[in-house]
Amino acid sequence: MEDMKDILLEYVIEEYLEDEDEEITYDTPLISGGIVDSFSMVSLKRFVENKYKISIPDDKATPEAFDTVESIVELVKKYIN
Amino acid sequence: MAFSEKIRNIYKEELKGIEEAGIFKKERYIHSPQAADIEVEFPKGSSLKKVINMCANNYLGLSSHPEVIKAAHEGLDSRGYGMSSVRFICGTQDIHNELERKVTEFLGTEDTILFPSCMDANAGVFEAVLGKEDVMISDRLVHASIIDGIRLASAEHDTFKHSNMKHLEKKLQLHSDKCRRVVITDGVFSMDGDTAKLDEMVALCEKYDAMLFVDDSHASGFIGKTGRGTHEKCGVVGKIDIITTTFGKALGGASGGCVSGRKEIVEMCRQKARPYLFSNTIAPVVVAGVMKVFDILSASTERRDKLEANSTYWRKGLEDAGFVLQPGDTPIVPIMLFNAKLSQDISNDLYEKGIYAIGFFFPVVAKGQARIRTQISAGHEKHHLDKALGVFIEVGKKYDILGKTKQEIIEMYGL
Repeated sequence: MEDMKDILLEYVIEEYLEDEDEEITYDTPLISGGIVDSFSMVSLKRFVENKYKISIPDDKATPEAFDTVESIVELVKKYIN
Repeated sequence: MAFSEKIRNIYKEELKGIEEAGIFKKERYIHSPQAADIEVEFPKGSSLKKVINMCANNYLGLSSHPEVIKAAHEGLDSRGYGMSSVRFICGTQDIHNELERKVTEFLGTEDTILFPSCMDANAGVFEAVLGKEDVMISDRLVHASIIDGIRLASAEHDTFKHSNMKHLEKKLQLHSDKCRRVVITDGVFSMDGDTAKLDEMVALCEKYDAMLFVDDSHASGFIGKTGRGTHEKCGVVGKIDIITTTFGKALGGASGGCVSGRKEIVEMCRQKARPYLFSNTIAPVVVAGVMKVFDILSASTERRDKLEANSTYWRKGLEDAGFVLQPGDTPIVPIMLFNAKLSQDISNDLYEKGIYAIGFFFPVVAKGQARIRTQISAGHEKHHLDKALGVFIEVGKKYDILGKTKQEIIEMYGL
């Protein structure tokens, strides 16, 4: 799943970070850390759904589940199978 | 009794959590009309303190203008106090229609519809004019009321990085399959005081067949050469499809707002916008006051010119003193402190010395972006600004932040 981690990390950097922002890693808190606001999280959800051809129910797409690249990978894995 | 101890305790815990997070809001009671000089009771029960107000949205100093007050009195006498009805039953007076016409003329749009507030305008407009086959693409720093309006609408939504036109273009390409696209932005962003790049946004919207929505609440009346707003400053009057704005800030500061723009959009709001349909509109007394505001602004640019001069003077004074400011050229001048506690401590010290300016920190602004937001008014005289500047410098010296860079302040106080 390293591949998925890297794909997600790259997407988060491209979609949410400004040039002057510090680097992030797989376990950087995205939402609780103020990098991704919960309102903008929607594009992240749509990205993983389209990329991995899955559908994540809204009640499972919580700010906690989307808080780090690692937790998103865990969530996506559940729905791939 | 349905409000059991168990329920009460749940609320108590929740409120305790808000207090512990340091975001519990306390009101300060002002015992005077809104103006540059005000008398404040804070904390509750304490004796009144005379302070200079540096945090009101009273940009043009019209909140307590004698001509506006006189017009409001006349409106009260001639049209009564309340309407006791929503607009489409028996809650529309001739003056409501007249105000809508004045706003249309002032903003250079096709038509206008009044709402009880701009919060209501933003909450109602998207649901009324878009369906699930459409998409709303908003700047990430838009006002909370727009976020609420987006949440209430059935159209898909997406966001773009703040004022990042390349990112916006990508999003417009990504959503090219949607029926209607609407790009959503503030004209002037309330926390940073920066201005949207409306000229570039208009060009992108024309290229990708998208509508453009602008909330100009922090601009109407004073941004642009004749104060029409951000669209005037950017040279795109007549090219914004939907403008929302408020009468609760520069335009008299009482209450009320509107949607102004393409006539079909306005008509859709009249037919479908829920805050318009299910709430009384602006009270006659306020309508009369706002109409006088437009008369004052149409007769002369004196007040917006004074505001511009005051804002430049204030910004230069702070810059020369060595504060770190958020760049911009509007009357919103944020003094960057980065650390939340520092912003609160400095705000408290300023108040002690007679200057009323509020500190903002996460979650109102991004983490590590704590600041004191100052807002300049045409109601400020030079002596107000000089006194405030003196106090800011005194407090800045106390905390040793003058002449320090962002990095140095963060090293001293942390994030």
